[in-house]
Amino acid sequence: MLTRRDIVGRSVLYFVLFGGLAVVVGPFLWMLLSSFKPESEIRSVPPTWWPSHWTPAHYHDLFARLDFPRYFLNSVIVAVLVTAGNLLFCSLLGYALAKLNFPGRKALFLIVLGMLMVPGMVLFVPQFVLVSNLGLANSYAGLVLPFLAGPFGVFLMRQFLLSVPDDLIEAARVDGAGEWRIFWRIVLPLCRPALATLGILTFLASWNNFLWPLVVATTDDKYTLPVALALYSIGQNRIYFGLLLAGAVVVVLPVLIVFLVLQRQFLRGIATTGLK
Amino acid sequence: MAVQQAVRAGARHASAEARPGARKWRRAVTGWSFAAPFTLLFVVFALLPVVASLLMSVTDMRSTDLRHPFAVNFVGLNNYTRLFEDALFRRAAVNTAIFVVVGVPLTILAALAAANAVNSGLIRLRGLFRVGFYLPVVTSIVAIAVVWRFLLDPDAGLVNNLLAQVGIQGPAWLQDPHTSLGSIIVMATWRNFGSLMVIFLAALQGIPLDLYEAATLDGAGRWQQFRRVTLPLMRPALLFGAVITGIGYLQLFEEPLVMTQGGPLSSTLSVSYHIYHQFGFGNYGYASAAAYVLFIAIVALSALQFRLLGARDAD
Repeated sequence: MLTRRDIVGRSVLYFVLFGGLAVVVGPFLWMLLSSFKPESEIRSVPPTWWPSHWTPAHYHDLFARLDFPRYFLNSVIVAVLVTAGNLLFCSLLGYALAKLNFPGRKALFLIVLGMLMVPGMVLFVPQFVLVSNLGLANSYAGLVLPFLAGPFGVFLMRQFLLSVPDDLIEAARVDGAGEWRIFWRIVLPLCRPALATLGILTFLASWNNFLWPLVVATTDDKYTLPVALALYSIGQNRIYFGLLLAGAVVVVLPVLIVFLVLQRQFLRGIATTGLK
Repeated sequence: MAVQQAVRAGARHASAEARPGARKWRRAVTGWSFAAPFTLLFVVFALLPVVASLLMSVTDMRSTDLRHPFAVNFVGLNNYTRLFEDALFRRAAVNTAIFVVVGVPLTILAALAAANAVNSGLIRLRGLFRVGFYLPVVTSIVAIAVVWRFLLDPDAGLVNNLLAQVGIQGPAWLQDPHTSLGSIIVMATWRNFGSLMVIFLAALQGIPLDLYEAATLDGAGRWQQFRRVTLPLMRPALLFGAVITGIGYLQLFEEPLVMTQGGPLSSTLSVSYHIYHQFGFGNYGYASAAAYVLFIAIVALSALQFRLLGARDAD
């Protein structure tokens, strides 16, 4: 039985929650709807929600007049390489830290973990000097290499592997399987949930990464999506507003779809590791 | 099969006992061969830069020295003393401190409220709210900035038009130095509370329900249950949330870069943004010193939060 108090309480709760949802999701809806409005309507006072004239003109300009297909492709290339690298390198080290006994193991783990506290700005300047001196400025290698081995992934894979029983690995060892065979055939398949979480989070971080490509990519053909969008919105070559909104949709939509499809793995990953 | 296994294991055991040194050696080789790929990249692109940054911070290195690293001079702590005489750095430090001191509690409060509301037994559509509130966390800051700059536009913006409907003349949020930092704080809270909410939700779901039943039997109301049961049991999650939000907010950079470029009148200039500027001017030694000051601040804030929030666990 619901008491009157429950009903009042529930109404207040729904009011607050839907209010919050409007504040959080509203701007995204407005962005999506307005990207289909003619420029004059976007600028109209007072602003409108629903487009009075639907037009795909901004998207057409984005892909035909500006080089957005190139930026999109660059973002995909960088994110895929960074994700693949992290999945491989972090699971290798995570396995070694969790299941193999070797000299220097503890020290290595503490150093990698300590790196989580180091602010990006401490690394930023020397990384730039390094990449420039290696001749990798304005190259895919320069965009990817500094992000291939992230401490967060090691932490995540190690924590996950600690919960895998030793017996399984020990049994394979007794059967005479080599350590690499054990890793590929037994450990990696067991890690699928952790790899999924790490893969999604890494891809997302790389897709949204902004500062490093802004500094390293110096010509148009190496820009990633966020860099292009930022330069078009605050740089000297400002473009009109409808185009920016359409650009923002192109940046957001892929991660939005991935997030909505895989939200369970996503949120579980955040909750268990506590990091984004 | 079992016998074979036992024999094989016995043979391995015997050979290992015969040469304990060889076995230790083999373990080291195996372990490091797994660790090597990551470690190599990590040393080159993370560990080396951390050390290089420290070394650069005690030199007068500039971008023109890039190709001639031996042309730089040792200047001791000169960069560090200059930092604290630099009016812009001091301004940036104050702005960053305000951002952290106001922004961290605000984000935690929003996340706590959202987590408790979503977790309440009265609510349907839990998944919808959870996903909705998390949306800004996965979104590119550059895209968010495009939308928010428009929302906060003094004339055509949604916010001021809504305010006008209730008869309030809204300010020029981002162009007025009195409201610019506040706008950035609200935007950062909006963007980040979702990730803390997910962590808090996990903590809430770990609280045994019979504790609430016992509290109800003892005559505790909703608010008292929240104060006496929920909050104390959430302390580890709150501590964790405060520490990671503090670490993140101390590094405030992207929001002012894409929203205000540090202006107007340096009212949204942050320490990280100042470092980025100095890097842009080519002052690598000076920028590195500022980065290390930020690093120390992060370690200090984390230690402080552990003391303040963690200490009461001993009760």
